[in-house]
Amino acid sequence: MVIHHKILKGMVIPLGILVIWQIIAMHVNNSFILPGWNEILPFLLTPLAPLFGGPSLLENSLVSLERVLAGFLLAILIAIPLGLLCGWSDEVYTYINPFVQMIRPVPPIAWMPLAIAWFSIGFGSILFIIFIGSFFPVLISTLDGVRAIRVLWLDVAQTLGATPLEKFTTVIAPAAFPFIWTGLRVAFGIAWMCVVAAEMLPGTSSGLGYLIMYAYNLGQIQVIVAGMVVIGIIGILFDYLFRAGQSRLFTWQGKE
Amino acid sequence: MTGILPSDILRLTALSKSFLDGFHVCQALADVSFSVQKNEIVCLMGPSGCGKSTVLRIIAGLEAADSGTVQSGDCLNASCVHAAMIFQEHGLFPWLTVYDNIAYGLRLRVRSGKEGEIKETVTGLLALMHLEAFTGSLPHQLSGGMKQRVAIARALAIQPLILLMDEPFSGLDLFTRQELEDEILRIRNNYHTTFLFVTHNPEEAVYLADRIIVLSERPAVAREIIPVPFPHPRDTRDPGFIGIVRQITGRIRLKEEDVHQD
Repeated sequence: MVIHHKILKGMVIPLGILVIWQIIAMHVNNSFILPGWNEILPFLLTPLAPLFGGPSLLENSLVSLERVLAGFLLAILIAIPLGLLCGWSDEVYTYINPFVQMIRPVPPIAWMPLAIAWFSIGFGSILFIIFIGSFFPVLISTLDGVRAIRVLWLDVAQTLGATPLEKFTTVIAPAAFPFIWTGLRVAFGIAWMCVVAAEMLPGTSSGLGYLIMYAYNLGQIQVIVAGMVVIGIIGILFDYLFRAGQSRLFTWQGKE
Repeated sequence: MTGILPSDILRLTALSKSFLDGFHVCQALADVSFSVQKNEIVCLMGPSGCGKSTVLRIIAGLEAADSGTVQSGDCLNASCVHAAMIFQEHGLFPWLTVYDNIAYGLRLRVRSGKEGEIKETVTGLLALMHLEAFTGSLPHQLSGGMKQRVAIARALAIQPLILLMDEPFSGLDLFTRQELEDEILRIRNNYHTTFLFVTHNPEEAVYLADRIIVLSERPAVAREIIPVPFPHPRDTRDPGFIGIVRQITGRIRLKEEDVHQD
């Protein structure tokens, strides 16, 4: 019951904003400036209907999701092993860290012109942007995870007969896993922002970002808002999945 | 030094060890020699910072001595001494259940498909350490004393030749501590385990040990070996017991004063 109360309390402000929005929209009475929810909801309730003679809201969402997952997985596949390696070997860390620190502050979307030059417009360049966006949070959290491991655990493993490889698989990897998971959660959020931004740039022809820009050109503000709502919902959904995984997988974390 | 006695399970000869402390070379051990016999409980005492833990870490193979030897049976260096170590902090893996923590060392050794044997050993140890009710618990759900019980079971699981204990009970309350001290004596009697036990507490040393080795201040030398001739269980109020406690306390204090005069 307590949980239900919390959820209800959390809904008060969003619902309040919706109501205020609707009241203002009725006063403004201009859907180019502020469309009412009576105009926006129909788009959200018919996600399968073709929009502007093209793909539906759902199809565009799936395209964006597919791009995010591809770039995200690619980033994970490289960042986690590299992070574990850097955390394990000071030598590798010394070589890699300055490079990482130099590249990291560049906003992923600033890579777009180069990405287009290298991979041309479309899937390749968007994938690259998402990769850049999600790579660093995963790498850095993996690194932090490995570096936060208590020497005591490694000593215990060694006195019980663990080889260096066994220390890696039975101590370092499980101890770093919660940190990595947090990195994945942060990285997915960034990747999701990157895909929408990348799709808004000229040259793309599908995805939620594209849909929003296309609707803007047509003056269909209702569709823009509908697109934003879907982006938000998908973002919340994945964040929820990551958090649910966290509380299930790492009940031990922070409680030694 | 005499030769190796057949009953010696571990023999340290002229161990020395220095650390680099900033830009200073700091010598922790100068010339530490002693031996431990099978089924014996030997306590290692000395002023704080004299290198007691370093001796254990060298035997466990966690650190290398600069010179000197660690001998055990046919084994002539520390890397092959089959020792397990209990640390001041329990060092349990917080992501593993009590069962899996105890099975950890066995799973490293018995590499394939002998889960049946592992289960038998772990179940036995859970019973020995009175942990049956906590088989599936995670370490954070246990009290400090329980955690140290799991750590002891985990170390016993690999059937070590000698159990090295580095102030294992110093973080526990008096009652839990006494309980675990009695467990140590019980394990020694039933399983013929050998213990090398570092402690700061003279009473604990006299309560447990067959012999107490007092290390000197830094750089450490094993100068005095004090036998404790009383049978178990020992009465901490017995005048003889108190006499040895006083004797040891005096030796260690004296040495700490020497250090302060330098």
